[in-house]
Amino acid sequence: MNGLLSALIFTPWAGALLLALLPRLSPSASRWLGLLFSLSTLALGLVAWRDFDPHAGYQFVEQHRWIGVLNVTYHLGLDGLSLLLVLLTGLVAPAALLASWTIPRDVRLFNLLFLFLQGAALGVFLALDFFPWFICWELSLVPAFFLIKLWGGPGAAKAAYQFVIYTIGGSAFMLVAFAALFAATGTFDFVELASFAQSGFLAATLGEPALTVIFLGVLLGLAVKVPLFPFHTWLPAAYAEAPTGASMFLTGVMSKLGVYGFFRLLWPLFPAQLHAAAPVLLILAVAGVVLGAFAAFAQTDLKRMVAYSSINHVSLCLLALFAVAAAGPFNSAASAAALSGALLQSFNHGLTASALFCCIGLLEARAGGRRSLADFGGVRAVMPVFSGLCGVALFSSLGLPGLNGFVGEFLVFRGVFGLTPWAAAVSCLGLFVTAAFLLTFWQRVFHGPIAPAVAGFRDLSPREVLTLAPAVALMILFGLWPQPLVSLFNPLVTAWSVHLP
Amino acid sequence: MNLLPYTIYVSLAGAALALWVGARSAAGARAVALVTALVAWGLTGWAAAGFTPSADPGTLVDLAWIPQFGIRYHLAADGISLTLVVLTGLAATAGVLFSWNITERTGEFFACYLALIGGVYGVFLSADAFLFFVFYEIAIVPKYFLIARWGSTGREYGAMKLALYSFGSSALVLAGLLWVFAAGHAAGFGFAELARAAATLGQHEQFAAFALLFTGFAILAGLFPFHTWAPTGHVAAPTGASMLLAGVVMKLGAYGCLRIAMALLPAGLEFWQPVIVALAVIGIVYAGLVALVQDDLKFVIGYSSVSHMGFVLLGLAAANPTAVAGAVLQMVSHGIIAGLLFAVVGRMVYERTHTRQLERLRQLPLHRLMPFAAVIFVIAGFASMGLPGFSGFPAELTILIGVWQYSPLAALAAALGIVIAAGFTLKAVQVSFFGRADATAEVVAAEKPFEPVTWPEKTGALLLVAATLLIGLKPDLVLDWITPSLQSPLLQAIWSGGGR
Repeated sequence: MNGLLSALIFTPWAGALLLALLPRLSPSASRWLGLLFSLSTLALGLVAWRDFDPHAGYQFVEQHRWIGVLNVTYHLGLDGLSLLLVLLTGLVAPAALLASWTIPRDVRLFNLLFLFLQGAALGVFLALDFFPWFICWELSLVPAFFLIKLWGGPGAAKAAYQFVIYTIGGSAFMLVAFAALFAATGTFDFVELASFAQSGFLAATLGEPALTVIFLGVLLGLAVKVPLFPFHTWLPAAYAEAPTGASMFLTGVMSKLGVYGFFRLLWPLFPAQLHAAAPVLLILAVAGVVLGAFAAFAQTDLKRMVAYSSINHVSLCLLALFAVAAAGPFNSAASAAALSGALLQSFNHGLTASALFCCIGLLEARAGGRRSLADFGGVRAVMPVFSGLCGVALFSSLGLPGLNGFVGEFLVFRGVFGLTPWAAAVSCLGLFVTAAFLLTFWQRVFHGPIAPAVAGFRDLSPREVLTLAPAVALMILFGLWPQPLVSLFNPLVTAWSVHLP
Repeated sequence: MNLLPYTIYVSLAGAALALWVGARSAAGARAVALVTALVAWGLTGWAAAGFTPSADPGTLVDLAWIPQFGIRYHLAADGISLTLVVLTGLAATAGVLFSWNITERTGEFFACYLALIGGVYGVFLSADAFLFFVFYEIAIVPKYFLIARWGSTGREYGAMKLALYSFGSSALVLAGLLWVFAAGHAAGFGFAELARAAATLGQHEQFAAFALLFTGFAILAGLFPFHTWAPTGHVAAPTGASMLLAGVVMKLGAYGCLRIAMALLPAGLEFWQPVIVALAVIGIVYAGLVALVQDDLKFVIGYSSVSHMGFVLLGLAAANPTAVAGAVLQMVSHGIIAGLLFAVVGRMVYERTHTRQLERLRQLPLHRLMPFAAVIFVIAGFASMGLPGFSGFPAELTILIGVWQYSPLAALAAALGIVIAAGFTLKAVQVSFFGRADATAEVVAAEKPFEPVTWPEKTGALLLVAATLLIGLKPDLVLDWITPSLQSPLLQAIWSGGGR
């Protein structure tokens, strides 16, 4: 099907434009319009899945001349990795909009910005030329900034500012890196650059130390976005201050932009440099896993707790990648497991963490803005439906077998143990602590005597059930039967594990 | 027949007419100014439509003027001149629209304004250094009056400082030109003749003459440490004049650096290159840091102009075709974006709130009181941060590509400048318009409403926004003009290294 990928990116943007052009639209019409356009991603993603062949390379490719002098083309393509994340976006975005159904003011603007953000994220997953890719990468900051700032909590102004400046701080150096790559090769095309890297042309023309500097530039841009320890300090405030819907999208999709960049750019373009840097990066990833978990354990604010646990979970994806890069193509079975685990983990984390932020948002709305561990107790008795759904999400995040989180984490550990046992062993500490704080969450909030504030809570409305239930159902489904997801990227991962991309 | 020279004549005639009509009716003077600016811009557009990119300098008029000194009335337009005159037309038109509310001696205001524009067109089209200098002076004098008479905060100081710097700049340029002319026994003041003369100078003479010429022009381009006139001048100037100052007048300096200093004395460029690159980088970073701590919004924009012009100078100093193409693109981009920023801050906000202090603006729910201005300022701010999709991005990207080839370290330092620019721009956006993001409808209703944004403001703002988006998404439109011109015989010496 021609133009499918353009349609994926531009349909949300068309919705944003429509909302921009209708200043008198009522809040309720804005909500429905936003939801409708947001759902387009899931629909078009499923169409793409139907016609998708996991064994072929990039599919639905679109390539048109764009800027002659800079040799830029409008180049889109979709492989298993992109499709996985497109589907994730399709699931998280409508849920985030449903969770934002009751935002107090400027409903039209909220939906407008959200659709803009959604289209930009999709552009990052689909673009194969640096120019369009970077447009989407950077433009996603604009709506994210305003979503946090205008609808966020009391500290939102600072959090939003910090978020944007950190990210631009990284990506400015990534920009220089790609300028340098262009100066050497005359192209911005990811596919061409990857083939230059494989043939050794990049190393030959640029030489050292230029290539290492360029590698570090790209690494910095991506590491801030994911975020990789120690570039994570913007994250807790941004996630915690953002309104629920934005937190869901930030953790569910935006953090995957960085992970995607590691797989799509950093590894294929700089395999040798990544291999050389991997021992250090492994330590950083392990630090993210362990310290993220400990930091989460120390939080009393539920939103901050889940924010820190996001650092822990996303670091697991990178841990797997770095372990594979460090080891080289020797143990292909372990590599394949680790990489499959990383991709599954990024999907699962998107689903689970956004569901958890949604749950906290529901509690916060009922408690009049409070969301400390101490504010709740005995919710299970008052809100049984909510407790069931939130419980599944919590245990999925914890990695309970039978739920989706387990599969990804298991594969990551299975792979990393085979490649760098020490990293896996230390990271296990992160797993234990994660279990500890999530169980604390579970116990303090849902069990025990009913806290006075909780007594008046009503259970979920049908809309709220609809927000959470699909994600929870998928957690169970993919926990028991991860095959559909694995088959998307299995050939890709097999190829990567035999010869690096 | 190419009508580009008429941009000069139309502007100067319009100036006279505005003065005459203005004595009777202010509205008439406005109409004259708008029509003049539009006609001149239309002429540049017409020329652009019929333009075939080539390495040919494209002579338009060539008449003997003062034959004793070989001075000719020689106008020419290559792709670089064309790009800059189209920008001038746009900036001039938008500037008139944002000067619509000038009621005091309207005719005189627009007479000065149009004379300035005529001079700018003349500079960009001159192919004779003497003629260039004459137009350069024509542009500088009305600038002083615009600020001193119609300016705001500290206008006497700002105007005087700017005038002194400008005349200092002119003196250096004139000295440099005469040196090359006399010591090299040039046959005339044509660029080609001067270049031949310059090549006969001794090496040290070339270094010294380059220093004179480049410093002279760089003062006007706002090169660190000669930039201090720019923020005070911008702040003191009335909105339309700030837009022209930042939008095109600073470009005169950068254009002179390229067209005269660098092209005539490539050996001097090679000698001074490390110094210029270092100063440009320092300017980018230093001006950015200064902008970060300003508490007057217009000063923030003023220093951001210096920082952005640092990118232009960095691109020029890297002295390879990619970097220079990026520098010219950045001139255009900055002309548009700075115009937009000054328009919002000087006209839309200041004329209504009567304050530019960030702390005062923070108290106002401006994004609700002036949603149109807020949207435009957000767009201009993000464009100014170099976000992709806007004109600043392809410009900075092209400059970075070129600069990396000269010095990776300079490129990395420039990236630091991008981060700082993001810092102060975002701060300005967030404090000035969104200081009270949580303001509810009741709070807003209690505020005294401002007069609504007028149609000239809306038209002018939308014009500039459209231009920055157009160039951001399709930089080819301009780069295709610029790139072939870089191979013109007049600029060839820069890349082939006259002294090398």
